Amino acid sequence: MTTPTQLAEQLSTTTLLRFATAGSVDDGKSTLVGRLLHDSKSVLTDQLEAVEDASRKRGQEAPDLALLTDGLRAEREQGITIDVAYRYFATTRRRFILADTPGHVQYTRNMVTGASTAELAVVLVDARNGVVEQTRRHAAVAALLRVPHVVLAVNKMDLVEYAEPVFAAIAEEFTAYAASLGVPEITAIPISALAGDNVVEPSANMDWYGGPTVLEHLETVPVSHDLTACHARFPVQYVIRPQTAELPDYRGYAGQIAAGVFRVGEPVTVLPSGRTSTIAGIDLLGDSVDIAWAPQSVTLRLTDDIDVSRGDLIAPVNDSPAVTQDVEATVCHVADRPLAVGQRVLIKHTTRTVKAIVKDIPSRLTLDDLSQHPAPGQLVANEIGRVVVRTAEPLALDAYADSRRTGSFLLIDPADGTTLSAGMAGASFAAVPQTGTPVDDDAEWDF
Amino acid sequence: MTTVATVSEGTDNPYALSHLDSLESEAVHIFREVAGEFERPVILFSGGKDSILMLHLALKAFAPAPVPFTLLHVDTGHNFPEVLEYRDRTVAEHGLRLHVASVQEYIDAGKLRERPDGTRNPLQTVPLTEAIQQHRFDAVFGGGRRDEEKARAKERVFSLRDEFSQWDPRRQRPELWQLYNGRHAAGEHVRVFPISNWTELDVWQYIEREGIELPQIYFAHEREVFNRSGMWLTAGDWGGPKEHETVETRQVRYRTVGDMSCTGAVDSDATTLDAVITEIAASRLTERGATRADDKMSEAAMEDRKREGYF
Repeated sequence: MTTPTQLAEQLSTTTLLRFATAGSVDDGKSTLVGRLLHDSKSVLTDQLEAVEDASRKRGQEAPDLALLTDGLRAEREQGITIDVAYRYFATTRRRFILADTPGHVQYTRNMVTGASTAELAVVLVDARNGVVEQTRRHAAVAALLRVPHVVLAVNKMDLVEYAEPVFAAIAEEFTAYAASLGVPEITAIPISALAGDNVVEPSANMDWYGGPTVLEHLETVPVSHDLTACHARFPVQYVIRPQTAELPDYRGYAGQIAAGVFRVGEPVTVLPSGRTSTIAGIDLLGDSVDIAWAPQSVTLRLTDDIDVSRGDLIAPVNDSPAVTQDVEATVCHVADRPLAVGQRVLIKHTTRTVKAIVKDIPSRLTLDDLSQHPAPGQLVANEIGRVVVRTAEPLALDAYADSRRTGSFLLIDPADGTTLSAGMAGASFAAVPQTGTPVDDDAEWDF
Repeated sequence: MTTVATVSEGTDNPYALSHLDSLESEAVHIFREVAGEFERPVILFSGGKDSILMLHLALKAFAPAPVPFTLLHVDTGHNFPEVLEYRDRTVAEHGLRLHVASVQEYIDAGKLRERPDGTRNPLQTVPLTEAIQQHRFDAVFGGGRRDEEKARAKERVFSLRDEFSQWDPRRQRPELWQLYNGRHAAGEHVRVFPISNWTELDVWQYIEREGIELPQIYFAHEREVFNRSGMWLTAGDWGGPKEHETVETRQVRYRTVGDMSCTGAVDSDATTLDAVITEIAASRLTERGATRADDKMSEAAMEDRKREGYF
């Protein structure tokens, strides 16, 4: 039962962490998620009753926590997870949005989707199997999407007698691999999702482990980084012009700050035109402020009446991105129809959508061992590769490594609007892997 | 990059946004994205708390200019009078345009049949779909939240619907970063859910923070109710009480407001927002589980209705 003190804490203002999970059905991912929700008291009575009912109907004795998260009929019937599902839970310290992504090989795109908005990724392995191909694939996706924090949850420790050497060997192997891909922060935690060890409650069976439980780590990991160190970026979404008797001349540029900090009085450049002006005012949803930062939605007003419209990017005069019509990037192909050299597409980058053509697909990447396959000609669903795209109009594009929001883009089929590929401009990985096959001379990879 | 994971992040980071500020910023971004990309957007507006929140966010997103969208209400004919009154007052106050699609008119015209159980929520799908077609709306904002129900947990912020308004979970586009792809073929439209990531508690906390006025039905009041399938329903000519059901006067409030025939009240003495929030935070039942009969129909009830074009 919740006490008044706990209630007050629960209602206090907290921060929000978006995180993603990756792992397969067999690794016990649904059980981990169910356990997080259940043990953090985020599962309410009627949800639990529904799970108990459904479990009984299936002839299971104990409530199957996986049923908390498998929402669609096809999934329950086949016991699989077919799509990204979003879960919400809260503790007194933080609010969480979890992108729960399936871990099967054919669902790479789902993990890419979940990881694209995540500040942290939990990669699950079965202690009995250790680091397998799929684990390496999950680590590579987290590295590719530049997820700032990665947690390795070594699950089913109860099936290996809670033995520290088993955990230590897996943690060491994974950490070395992920670090080689440039993952900046890795935390390994030995758990048993089924028994509840180190998920929410510290484990009595593993007193050799002195670190945080999964939930403690989620509650304390930093969610906002030093924004002052980021390049400030403001994609214009919409021009607000009331043109009323009271406000005949109001002209505000509405948008969400994609990165960094903006201040009143700061000289800025509007791209792609390159015109310059100064920030005259910042309206933060009804309040006038002197300073605003990512990811606040604001309205900027400029001192000069220059031509600015949706799709433009406002950046500091002395720190603006290069404008280009030649995009080199890594893409994850997410559509059932392929992406081929010569194909005409639309590219959606921030608030700007322009026509483009796929000039080249220099290589395809196999995530299992990071081997490259030169000139594949096309990419099919769930494949990752390098592309060279020529755009009809210039884009103010950052390297994805510098800015996830202004370095990412979509390739879209102009015929029916299908999202074809998820693109990340610039180099693929932050570091040089120590494994994998040697590089082809002509490859675009930075390793 | 810090590697110390033991430092709790408090208010000492000047750039840390509170969870409500993060959610608000995201919702505003979604409203503005639709304004920039679509020709004829419409907000579903019933006068219930989620649609009130939606309108509040839309007003903030475009201030000091007016909201560039019209409103649409699919009226089941069994709505609470105080909610309809609130709806009309709000529309007038902000100088907005409201379209109403009436389930009653469809029944009277013989285009829809009353269900044996008297519930009209499932009957909203046809009038909604036809209103979308008739007015050629290309983006339809709904107040659906992913924490409400299992099928909704799989819903996208931009949810593509075919010309029959059908939702196919396998046809939904992956939603990458904050890049919402709203392109669609003629006749198709996109349902947009700006408060997808809010929980019931977030909604109430935000309503309190912003000082948003709600219909009185959301606060504890004396009401003539009767018990059906474990829910307190309001007595009325919509179909209750039946012979074996007895009316009693209780002090109740509504956590969610929909059709009278399937929206239950909860016993409560919370007369202020603060008291309501405390009750909700302490409650061990989800909003819909406690009060919505329509979601209880089957394990996959919501999934089936979404496929047919429901929200």
